[in-house]
Amino acid sequence: MIHDLFQYEFLQNAFITGMIIGIIAPLLGVFIVVRRLSLIADALSHVTLAGIAASLLLEKKLLLVGLNPLYLGMTFSVVGALFIEKLRAVYKHFQELAIPIILSGGIGLAVIFISLADGFNTDLFSYLFGSVSAVSRADLYTILVISLFVVGIIFLLYKELFILSFDEEHAKASGIAVKRIHFIFIIMVALVIAASMRVVGILLVSSLMTLPVAASIRIAKGFKQTILYSVLLGEASVLGGLVLSYYIDLAPGGTIVMIAVLILIVTMFLKKLSFNKPVKNGVKS
Amino acid sequence: MDDNRPVIEVTGLTYRYEKENVLEDIHLTVPTGSFLAVVGPNGSGKSTLLKLILGLLRVQEGKIRLFGEDINRFKDWQRIGFVSQKANSFNTGFPATVYEVVASGLTKKIGLFKFMKQEHQLKIKEAIRSVGLSNYMYQNIGELSGGQQQRVFIARALVSDPNLLILDEPTVGVDAENVRSFYEMLEELNKERGITLLLVTHDIGAVSDQVSHVVCLNKYLFFHGNSDEFKLHEMSHLFGHDVHPLSHEHLEKEFSHDS
Ligand SMILES: Nc1ncnc2c1ncn2[C@@H]1O[C@H](COP(=O)(O)OP(=O)(O)OP(=O)(O)O)[C@@H](O)[C@H]1O
Ligand SMILES: [Mg+2]
Repeated sequence: MIHDLFQYEFLQNAFITGMIIGIIAPLLGVFIVVRRLSLIADALSHVTLAGIAASLLLEKKLLLVGLNPLYLGMTFSVVGALFIEKLRAVYKHFQELAIPIILSGGIGLAVIFISLADGFNTDLFSYLFGSVSAVSRADLYTILVISLFVVGIIFLLYKELFILSFDEEHAKASGIAVKRIHFIFIIMVALVIAASMRVVGILLVSSLMTLPVAASIRIAKGFKQTILYSVLLGEASVLGGLVLSYYIDLAPGGTIVMIAVLILIVTMFLKKLSFNKPVKNGVKS
Repeated sequence: MDDNRPVIEVTGLTYRYEKENVLEDIHLTVPTGSFLAVVGPNGSGKSTLLKLILGLLRVQEGKIRLFGEDINRFKDWQRIGFVSQKANSFNTGFPATVYEVVASGLTKKIGLFKFMKQEHQLKIKEAIRSVGLSNYMYQNIGELSGGQQQRVFIARALVSDPNLLILDEPTVGVDAENVRSFYEMLEELNKERGITLLLVTHDIGAVSDQVSHVVCLNKYLFFHGNSDEFKLHEMSHLFGHDVHPLSHEHLEKEFSHDS
């Protein structure tokens, strides 16, 4: 495999992209999970699908060759994110309503675009479930830029993102620009989803943002450690998944996610074992 | 900023969420260094008043001045510490250590795009020590008892060295013995560190010895004086027949609509 990795550009693209996504998806995922916004990631990935389908449709009907579906996917994702915020403001007391509305809207649009196109030349399948061979150099560069942006923002706004996640009211009372920080956050979510979909596929993107975090929360002490473990576990899932899928010829997205699930199960047992030790007073679960 | 001005000046404040006024024509002054308790039945608008003072709700009618500055122009929010009524109903599964939660109280003070320095770390440890939780510094906050969690939130409010500390029923879910030591801690903050305190509470009996001023609120503000004057009043007089809790009016109206 190492030999092939040096030989084939598509393999390099897939691996480097995978490694990058293995970092940023769980990194942002920690904030998504603790803010109980996991389903928003799901809704946005379906909106991204609509963008991809629209792009493929344009490519087929207008012969716009060379239009990278990633761009329209990203655009749809960001617009979808803004819509979700609007809906959450309108339905203040039923904020989770925004999720099924956006999710079904996204699928509805995607299905219409797909049927309009009468089938695609490019394999839509690879967008749904991820593909190793589909990642181009251009994809890689786009994803790299997105990732640098996201990592930079999280580094610079870490304090603000933490206080917003832990206690929004306290953040407001402290004079933090809560709305602006949240806006930046939701844009980052949209971008990372669009970036991750090439390798793991639209239907599995949200799992890469949530599964490593779910595992890490069980074993970590504190927020920074949760982030660290999430990224390590995410990276392990991606690498393990890519290598395994390469050798036994499986869909990479599915393999990555199943490894993440496996890790989650292991951490559940780990936690059980440590519970057998006596616990300090004042424990509340 | 003029430090001789009262910490909080509220004049002619009226507020409504929907049609009905929740607060009406409130006048209130909190002098520097005082320890003021706000008492009143459920639904009397205590939390609403605090939220207005904290800038969480927008003033509709009337004026609020903080440290002599109009609230709409006030920027120095790190001078005000806040422990909310909901503080003890947070997501206990949140993976944050006591240290990290207290550190979040410095967010505004450190400033946007800036990072924590050693002096900040010392401050955080000092705040945790001052509420007696040094042994729990690196525990996840969800693993602490309700009373201990409440202390974490006090530490978070204190870490930025506020001049004013606002607490909304901080002793809910804290047992009687800890309530006493909790109020002793507040008294110490007030006397030794000169922090002005604004406390919303139900158990005025437990604090009447410590506080310097008492305010009774039930949509209108109908008692405002120092605690000695307050003690002269009969409690039954204050909470008796001539007081109509707002929440009861709500209920009565709803019932009459139904029938
Ligand atoms: N977000 C809101 N929207 C509409 N009405 C509200 C809202 N919050 C509070 N109210 C109403 O305003 C009134 C005052 O509420 P507030 O929370 O200020 O009371 P409180 O004195 O803090 O009560 P408690 O002792 O129960 O905490 C109540 O009648 C309540 O129903
Ligand atoms: Mg209240």
